[in-house]
Amino acid sequence: MSSTLLSTQGLVARYGDFQALYGIDFEISEGEVVALIGANGAGKSTLLKSIMGLLRVAPEMVRLDGRPVGGSKPNRMVSDGVAIVPEGRRLFTGMSVVDNLRVAIDHAAVPRGTAWTLDRVFELFPILREKQAVPVQSLSGGQQQMVAIGRALLNQPRLLLCDEISLGLAPKVVKEIYRAIPSISANGTAIILVEQDVGLARSASNRLYCMLEGRVSLTGRSQDISREVIGAAYFGGAHAVA
Amino acid sequence: MQWLDGLVQGVLLGGLYAQYALGMALMFGVMRIVNITHGDLMILLALTGISLAATFALGPWTVLMVLVALGAILGLLLQRLILNRVVGADPLPSLIATFGLSVALQNAMLQVWSADTRSLGGGDIAQASFQLGTLYVGVLPVIVLATATLLTGGLDATLRYTRFGRSLRAASADVEAAAMTGVNPKGVYAGATAVAVAILGFAAVFQSMRATVAPADGPFQLIYAFEAVIIGGMGSIWGAFLGAMVLGISQSIGFRIDPGFGILAGHLVFLLILALRPQGLLGKD
Ligand SMILES: Nc1ncnc2c1ncn2[C@@H]1O[C@H](COP(=O)(O)OP(=O)(O)OP(=O)(O)O)[C@@H](O)[C@H]1O
Ligand SMILES: [Mg+2]
Repeated sequence: MSSTLLSTQGLVARYGDFQALYGIDFEISEGEVVALIGANGAGKSTLLKSIMGLLRVAPEMVRLDGRPVGGSKPNRMVSDGVAIVPEGRRLFTGMSVVDNLRVAIDHAAVPRGTAWTLDRVFELFPILREKQAVPVQSLSGGQQQMVAIGRALLNQPRLLLCDEISLGLAPKVVKEIYRAIPSISANGTAIILVEQDVGLARSASNRLYCMLEGRVSLTGRSQDISREVIGAAYFGGAHAVA
Repeated sequence: MQWLDGLVQGVLLGGLYAQYALGMALMFGVMRIVNITHGDLMILLALTGISLAATFALGPWTVLMVLVALGAILGLLLQRLILNRVVGADPLPSLIATFGLSVALQNAMLQVWSADTRSLGGGDIAQASFQLGTLYVGVLPVIVLATATLLTGGLDATLRYTRFGRSLRAASADVEAAAMTGVNPKGVYAGATAVAVAILGFAAVFQSMRATVAPADGPFQLIYAFEAVIIGGMGSIWGAFLGAMVLGISQSIGFRIDPGFGILAGHLVFLLILALRPQGLLGKD
């Protein structure tokens, strides 16, 4: 839990003329769970996309094991041990659950620690074992989210990026999905959790970053930061550091 | 009797069209690209094969192996040098690029091979036939049909059960998500085009054994491939096979109604299906 796995330094990102991130300094250590919160449009997904290589950024702005990797292609990032559960799940429509998962197995990074297998994913989400032959588009939203998580895990990541995995799901299903987080992290995998639900984000993480309009407005240990301070950082006003 | 004969000949002709159409269906399914040079590449392979056979005294099956390998290399180059730059959500750049390449290829082939029609000597096999009841069936067309069926089944199984096939289907469903799952889109695209053009190696040999080829023939083969793919349903592999059969049968039956009506009958059936079932026979929604 000590050495820095991934960091960003002064990360800026833009969509055409529109600048979405203004100098993000971020870091996460091996095995750590870090929550990323912030209002709609704050830039959380943009930060994940920049890390994953989906947006063009300068090489030194993102470092993995200290190596500059900014702007590497997403498939390179996967083989370097970074996987993502993307916003909106983005499953392979028309393919069965197990084929969706196999695509990840086919292109997995070399695992460090215990490797994720189909069986372990099915233990994590038992319903997927039953549904494995079913085309993904006919699953419920929660089941689709489980496939998206399973797919990312089978890439054998050292760092897992999760973009709003609770969005649009019933509270019971959200609970079921968040129950998987500790077992993923027990595998030594570091996790970045983008989450709208601040309470959930706090309880599931070691540290958190709050973003506001393309900047980090607050960062600190999740248990040490009070709700009031988070509120101020979330909605603007005073820039707080705890 | 002549209708049954028309049906059988049509199915056999469909075997050749299926070999044109498979690669087009694959490329469209994976990249949403309609490759206008599809027919010209087939002609290029055919003319190359005919010249190789003449120069080195090669038999047709040796030529086949050389052309399939050459087709794969041509496909890789086509993808790396041209198509990877124009593939994307907008279909227009790839249409324009491959249209330009098609014109350039035809002119280049005219320079090298002149406008003469040529063919590949097939030995005894090209002439052989056998009697089936009261019908006479050529051995070569049967080989063509069997090859087309094996190619279709093989391609379908590759897509379903192999690592390469899964990557292709994933990239076809959502190329960015596929990249986020570790798939290298450019590699997958290059593989798809290599397979598509390699299949044209089969078509090239059979076309030049059964009939003749000339540098300007490409666009006709393109139209047949295109119609077969549309009839069957864009992007569906067995759909392309079925579409090729429908096209072959339409032409063959049309030819028996009136020899001048054969090709037109194929176009009419194509238009009819486009009007009644625009998604194609096996296409979804
Ligand atoms: N593809 C895009 N093109 C242009 N602008 C974009 C694009 N994607 C996001 N943006 C803009 O970038 C800013 C940051 O968006 P981002 O999606 O990173 O926010 P977010 O924090 O993930 O929000 P949400 O909670 O709604 O997912 C927003 O102003 C958004 O409008
Ligand atoms: Mg977002």
